[in-house]
Amino acid sequence: MLAALTDREWMWAAGGLYLLGLILGTTSLIKGGKPSGLLIYIVILVGYALQLMGLGLRGKVVGGCPLGNSFEIFQFTAWSAISLYLIIGVTFRSSLLGYFTSCLAAALTLSSLLIPEFDATRRAHIFGNNPWIEFHAAIALFSYGVFALLALTSALYLLRLYSLKSKKIGGWFSFLPSAIDLDQIGLRLLISGVLILALSLIVGSVYWSHDFQSVSRFKLIVTCSVWLAYLVALLLRLRGILIAKRFGWTGILLFAAALISLWPVDSSRHTAPQTTPTHQAHP
Amino acid sequence: MKSPDIFVIGANHHRAPIEVREKLALAAKHEDALLAELRAIEGLRELAVVNTCNRIEFYGVGDSEHIAHQVTEAFCKQQAFEVSEFETFRLSLKGKDAVQHLAEVAAGLDSQMLGETEIFGQIKEAYANAQSRKSTGPILNRIFQKIFQAAKHVRSNTKITVGQVSIANVAVELALNIFGQLKDTRILLLGAGDIGEKTAKAFQSRGALALTVSNRGFEKALHIATELGASALPFDQKDARLSEFDVVVCSTSAPDVILTKESVQLAMKKRPTRPLFLIDLALPRDVDSEVSTLQNVFVYNLDDLAKIADENRASREAEIKTCKNLLGEKVENLWNHIEPQLKKPEEKAPSE
Repeated sequence: MLAALTDREWMWAAGGLYLLGLILGTTSLIKGGKPSGLLIYIVILVGYALQLMGLGLRGKVVGGCPLGNSFEIFQFTAWSAISLYLIIGVTFRSSLLGYFTSCLAAALTLSSLLIPEFDATRRAHIFGNNPWIEFHAAIALFSYGVFALLALTSALYLLRLYSLKSKKIGGWFSFLPSAIDLDQIGLRLLISGVLILALSLIVGSVYWSHDFQSVSRFKLIVTCSVWLAYLVALLLRLRGILIAKRFGWTGILLFAAALISLWPVDSSRHTAPQTTPTHQAHP
Repeated sequence: MKSPDIFVIGANHHRAPIEVREKLALAAKHEDALLAELRAIEGLRELAVVNTCNRIEFYGVGDSEHIAHQVTEAFCKQQAFEVSEFETFRLSLKGKDAVQHLAEVAAGLDSQMLGETEIFGQIKEAYANAQSRKSTGPILNRIFQKIFQAAKHVRSNTKITVGQVSIANVAVELALNIFGQLKDTRILLLGAGDIGEKTAKAFQSRGALALTVSNRGFEKALHIATELGASALPFDQKDARLSEFDVVVCSTSAPDVILTKESVQLAMKKRPTRPLFLIDLALPRDVDSEVSTLQNVFVYNLDDLAKIADENRASREAEIKTCKNLLGEKVENLWNHIEPQLKKPEEKAPSE
């Protein structure tokens, strides 16, 4: 029976589990208790595995990394963020990070599933059968996953700073990690994201240098601007200028800008859209 | 013949003031002698002694009501305390009430600092001592073991232990919310106030990296530093070296502020990414109120800490009824098993 599921059905199941993580966490917080870190971690892990199945099926059908439309980009970004959470979550041991990751993953996966236009058409052969371009696109999206997690830890950091400054440390504020931990994890994610996106741009630039006309100038400017903005944020943080509340807000606002920029970047591709071959997807 | 019963007799912080508790405190060197005497009491089947700074309580299984009185007499004789005076402070319970009392003590409900967890370890230790002396038997063994489970259940299923309730511990808790752990934090104690010293000690006991003491009178700073195993800093160097510290505990009796916005701002320029936690326990305040507007600087004064401690205490108090109900159910179940056992003929506890 499972073998008969389509890629979207796998992703619906994954989105459902992310939503379950969100509901479990919200219920615990409303009751005034701490969300179970282990339970949320397991729910996310299972959701991640199901999403991987869905992305795998889609990849098989489209013959490459599934990044041909907004639906696939949203799914891949959520999957990348969760990949990192599953690594960081173990050492960070914050049930609230798991809860926030559930929120983000549920929002990205379910919204992309609920908006049919996102997956009605997709651009085929966007990588021109060039594995380097596919690699470039995949790691660029992966860096967005890193920035997504940075936005989440930034939100937690802002809440922690608010709780300390406003002298409200009880209730669910008590489940937040320490300010130093959140600041450090944010810095590490920022460094990782900037390096991964830089690698993606370097790989992409090899291709552009051979065929400059094939690349949309708009896409190039937007992508480089995103990287540059994060790089500037990193440099300012390292110099001790962008700190505390400003650092937290930067992590959130830059990610919002990066996410918004994905749509025009996707639309600016030169390949013509075709109907998405979703329903033929079988293992 | 009347069937044996469980009893608890003793004195604790509820009725006995500290001066009395000091006289009743059972020194370790006298404990063995007293227990040997108590074990000679005919009809006393089992015994365990809980001896802490806030309570001395004898839990026993005796063949008659008179046994508890004999224990009282032996204890008072050992402490050279009048029995009649002891009776004015005495706690005396029997049967299920004694078991319920033990459960409430183990869960921290009977503690001076409501919900504290240290008592649980102290009762475990008391039980282990009684076991090693072979003074417990089937009844007390079952009671203590089940009570440990019940106390753990209450602690993990209610909020009785949530939040710190003393000023010093609230300050440490806040530092943990900022720094995560204290092993890399350097503490500066400014002033020689008693509450400041207590807070500094709390940081030390939770593993702070280093403690430095600074006071207007350097001699006094040196004296406190020696007492606490810390280093001393001349008071006029405090501003120049402020950036080296993560937590500053202020408890001077200075009439004006001693940490201005400018001095803290200057220190933060040297450590912009590392937070600074200022604990102002002085009255009048030592830290300029404008300091709290600086990025990465967190200022808490005495009122702030007291408010948090009060909130935590109130939240713990709100849990008492739930905890007592939970324990009551456990004790009821336990009592249903213990009562028939008490009616069985005596099983002699193995002799030492």
